[in-house]
Amino acid sequence: MQSPLGAPRAPWLTHAILIAGVILFAFPIWIVLVGSTHDAATIGRGEVPLLPGGHGWENYLTALGRGSSVLAGLGVGPMLVNSLVMALAVAIGKIVISFASAYAVVFFRFPGRMLAFWAIFITLMLPVEVRIFPTFKVVSDLGLVNTYAGLIVPLIASATATLLFRQFFLTIPDEFVEAAKMDGAGPLRFLWDVVLPLSRTNMAALFVILFVYGWNQYLWPLLVTTSAEVETVVIGMVKMIGGEANTEWNIVMATCVLSLLPPVAVVVLMQRWFVKGLTETEK
Amino acid sequence: MLEPPGQGPGGAAALERKTVFRGVALPLLLLAPQLAITLVFFFWPAGQAVWSAFLRQDAFGIRTMFVGFENFSDLLADPLYLETAQNTLVFSASVALLSLALAMLLAVLADRQIRGAAVYRTLLIWPYAIAPAVAAVLWIFLFHPQVGLLGRALNEAGLPWDYRLNGGQAMLMVILAAAWKQVSYNFIFFLAGLQSIPKSVLEAAAIDGARPMRRFWTIVFPLLSPTTFFLLVVNLVYAFFETFGVIDALTKGGPAKSTETLIYRAYIDGRVNLDLGASSAQSVILMLVVIGLTVIQFRFIERRVHY
Repeated sequence: MQSPLGAPRAPWLTHAILIAGVILFAFPIWIVLVGSTHDAATIGRGEVPLLPGGHGWENYLTALGRGSSVLAGLGVGPMLVNSLVMALAVAIGKIVISFASAYAVVFFRFPGRMLAFWAIFITLMLPVEVRIFPTFKVVSDLGLVNTYAGLIVPLIASATATLLFRQFFLTIPDEFVEAAKMDGAGPLRFLWDVVLPLSRTNMAALFVILFVYGWNQYLWPLLVTTSAEVETVVIGMVKMIGGEANTEWNIVMATCVLSLLPPVAVVVLMQRWFVKGLTETEK
Repeated sequence: MLEPPGQGPGGAAALERKTVFRGVALPLLLLAPQLAITLVFFFWPAGQAVWSAFLRQDAFGIRTMFVGFENFSDLLADPLYLETAQNTLVFSASVALLSLALAMLLAVLADRQIRGAAVYRTLLIWPYAIAPAVAAVLWIFLFHPQVGLLGRALNEAGLPWDYRLNGGQAMLMVILAAAWKQVSYNFIFFLAGLQSIPKSVLEAAAIDGARPMRRFWTIVFPLLSPTTFFLLVVNLVYAFFETFGVIDALTKGGPAKSTETLIYRAYIDGRVNLDLGASSAQSVILMLVVIGLTVIQFRFIERRVHY
């Protein structure tokens, strides 16, 4: 039977508003995509083109190679590698340590269990932004300024992933645990053979969320990296704009596109798991 | 950073497993990495922030003394700090309302039975991947008074536009860029919330002759309110803290501090002015804000669970 809700009375209006919404998000990307294929003079004169030009290759090769003249000789290639290392390490690191700690809290009884859980939970209330300088001081006392470790490790602990895994582990039927015990399987074997395969979807969802989180970090890398070797692409791009006196806008635009592509690709390709994972706990 | 409704120790999931494994060493070993990082990079620095908020260095940086609440009272007596707090409120409220309203409109429409609904959804979800700082740079390309398409158009139409000189325009720019970036996140949650509303309720209302607008305000909007409230808190936290990149890339807090938010000022005081006492006192105030928002969040969820 046809639902009495049916199709909307004025479908064209619904389409028109949705298309306007899509354009609102796509148009700035189009502008930067087109801008990245023109030469510096065209953009600098303010003749913003709406159609692609013929300097695309050149701009992207320049960006990847020598970069912008504002950041003498620092190419975007190494910055992309740094961002990729950071995003992957943050995502995988968080998943591994959260998985392990959630497993310990859910599948065991030991003294101090609730204390440990609350200690992790309370970190929800301490985002990196509110404890920037003291955290920076700890990192610098440990000699980790301008290293991957300093960039990554302080971002790896967070309650979000641990809570998500805990929530999921609580839904695994008791029969599974009993069966494993009867078969003489220990906790590590159960973790590896049962819980890990069951958690794949959750892990995929978390991976997307955390990869984007790691790639898009701004304040922390700005503070912890002062040398070119560990510069990430988002920060590098903003630095390229500089004082605007001699900004090479076409190179900034090419860098902008390059900095967008990896996280957008991860979200689009893994959209199904990502949306499910993000809203999982809404049920 | 916050959890959706239904999560957390106080929420519906506060269950225990009946069957567990024996052992103490193994679970402690599994917990060790996360606890170590939490202690070293969360509790230790947070404690430091609280401690140094009560200290002050003399002008030569030689002696450090305990000054009690002086850093706090100085801050709260500083008209510039209060102005920054006011800026932050205007900024955060505008970002949250703007992005929530737009996301709700788009989600309600994308949830309708129309052709191509799945395509619309994908095209509205991907901007989730954009970094706040990248969003700011995209808006520079659009609204820069010389290089930007729309910025130039405004000036040519006789409307003087330069967000680098005009404080009001600068505030408008950072609000729009920050809200723009957050719409897709809200869209995803609203869509999920809409899909969990039982269709039978809406059908019954439709049979009773309720028009779509009426159905929205009397059924959909109230049923979405838990999602909306959750998102409101998340959006406020986002606007308070994660928009640092938007402001740094677009205006650097200027012109004349008109777009300086609390987090931006804490950064400037610590990094540029090297006044760690003042910066720590600001960190402590910000921590209290997050704790307050989180408590409101859980209070609300608890009530929802119990009715």
